[in-house]
Amino acid sequence: MAIREAPPAATDPAATAAGRTTRSTRRSLADRDGALAWIFLLPSVVYILALVAVPFFLAIGFALSDVTAGDASYDYVGLDNFRAIFDDPVFWRSLGNTLLFTGVSMVLIVVLGKVLANILVADFRGKWVVRFLVLLPWTTPATLAAVSWLWLLDSIYSPIDWVLRQLGFLGPEQNMYWLGEPGLAMGSVIAVHVWRLTPLAAVIITAGLVAIPKDLDEAARVDGAGFWRRMFEVTIPMTLPVIAVSALFGAIFTFTDMAVVDVLTNGGPNNATQVLTSWAFLRGIDGGDVGQGAAIALFLFPLLLAAAIAILRSVRRMEF
Amino acid sequence: MASRTEALRRRYARRRVGGRIGVYAAAVLAAFLCAMPFLWSLITTFKQNRDLYNPRNNPFLYNRPATPDHLLYLFDRTAFGAFVWNTLWVGLIVVAITLLLALPAAYALARLDRPWASWFGVAIFLVYLVPPSLLFLSLSRMVVLIGLQDSTWSLVLVYPTITIPVSVWLLIGFLKAIPRDIEEQAMVDGYSRVGAFWRAVAPLVGPGIVAVIVFAFTLTASESIYALAFVSPTGEKVVSTGVPTELIRGDVFFWQSLQAATVLVALPIAALFNLFLDRFVTGFTMGAVKG
Repeated sequence: MAIREAPPAATDPAATAAGRTTRSTRRSLADRDGALAWIFLLPSVVYILALVAVPFFLAIGFALSDVTAGDASYDYVGLDNFRAIFDDPVFWRSLGNTLLFTGVSMVLIVVLGKVLANILVADFRGKWVVRFLVLLPWTTPATLAAVSWLWLLDSIYSPIDWVLRQLGFLGPEQNMYWLGEPGLAMGSVIAVHVWRLTPLAAVIITAGLVAIPKDLDEAARVDGAGFWRRMFEVTIPMTLPVIAVSALFGAIFTFTDMAVVDVLTNGGPNNATQVLTSWAFLRGIDGGDVGQGAAIALFLFPLLLAAAIAILRSVRRMEF
Repeated sequence: MASRTEALRRRYARRRVGGRIGVYAAAVLAAFLCAMPFLWSLITTFKQNRDLYNPRNNPFLYNRPATPDHLLYLFDRTAFGAFVWNTLWVGLIVVAITLLLALPAAYALARLDRPWASWFGVAIFLVYLVPPSLLFLSLSRMVVLIGLQDSTWSLVLVYPTITIPVSVWLLIGFLKAIPRDIEEQAMVDGYSRVGAFWRAVAPLVGPGIVAVIVFAFTLTASESIYALAFVSPTGEKVVSTGVPTELIRGDVFFWQSLQAATVLVALPIAALFNLFLDRFVTGFTMGAVKG
């Protein structure tokens, strides 16, 4: 995922065609390669088709059925499930929250990821330790990281509250109830998402920063451009595709995550932090209504597809 | 003239020192913000109940002597050991399946000169973006159908769908970094393609394979939606679901033990990952660049 000057041979249709004509003399070998390629690919393709494509279409089937955990017999009910979930205000709340959390997190993840990437490419002593600590949020299983935050944001014993009390922002026995007030709970969920995914964005952006030719930066330096000028007129334009990729990864992982909401607030207070994934889980697994759960989860798909296309486009921009 | 250059020199030196201090300050701040929750977890782990549950105490200090009791409780009285063991063996089998399937696939896409190899690689990578949250409901019905419900083996079956796509993508990058001449020479010397791969290529991608192993393992250790949906008996759970569901009983939180579990899982994974970070970055970069 970096900027390159020459187009890659394999993706350039003209180059591939040229390659094919020069290889025509050893056609038999190429044919054998073709069979071999399929033999090598087949196991992975079959595995993925069986356990990703099949369940995906099954999900569409379930969304149109009345299957429940107790009664697995399949009856086609058309769009009844969709009608039922549209009538439920919690669904709209979840959809709105999903979009809000994703949008706000994405912006913060990219900005902070860029800052963090700049720190990670700098040379300093003890970098190993800093890198280790910075990676923690992303490498720790999301549910466990959320357990850590759950305690940090505890309604009575939060050390943040204690600091605020010491500084006089809170009265002696007062607490913030980080996860109990709707607005604060939403802010907390977003903060945890941003905290968890910023390191990933930073790593992706670092890859782009490292790929910028050194002489370009030096030329700008010789021309008298200061730090900010170099940042906004050289570095950021050159790494724009990588930044786009990190933005989309941040968006997709916030969008599809359930662990943070599930552990921190369980959708509460009063569904204030409910998102599509947690609502689908609540309905489909805990509530046993597979049809409705599948219908809710399917709402993730069009938005994910849009994100995937956007990723493809920015990757392609990087290659040419 | 001399004094002017001297002044300039000093100004640049000052700016350099200022820049250095800025870098260190930023690095320390970033490290603190990222590690803060775990730092709090670590302090909590060794606190006595009477110290912890007094909102007037300074939470960052030990107002009473530190105690390892809650850490021991985690191992003696909870199923934490079983969770860790389940995570480990599920992870290892999944990694084995992943390598077995992803390595040939990556080789085919990186080396066998198919005109469709490029978009096929991208298509496989996009599968990685299909989230468990979209598939868990139908997969849980399929798991029931196969009879693996409430068994950790259901995770062994399903997790490769997450790890194979990323691993293929990473391996394509590593394979492309190795000059073709090496295996072509081996083939000229009379080895078959498979033979050339094992004798000439495999040793060179070795470090890349290790990186993929680490990456795939951390992915399986982090997953929680499938684990939550498929498996409910305590003894069959993995770390990512067992700790938050089993160590919280109703409204009773074993806070110190919970936080101990978090730290005990977080540190080794981050350390392992840190060792291979540079390689992941190159892998992702090469996969995209040398399309």
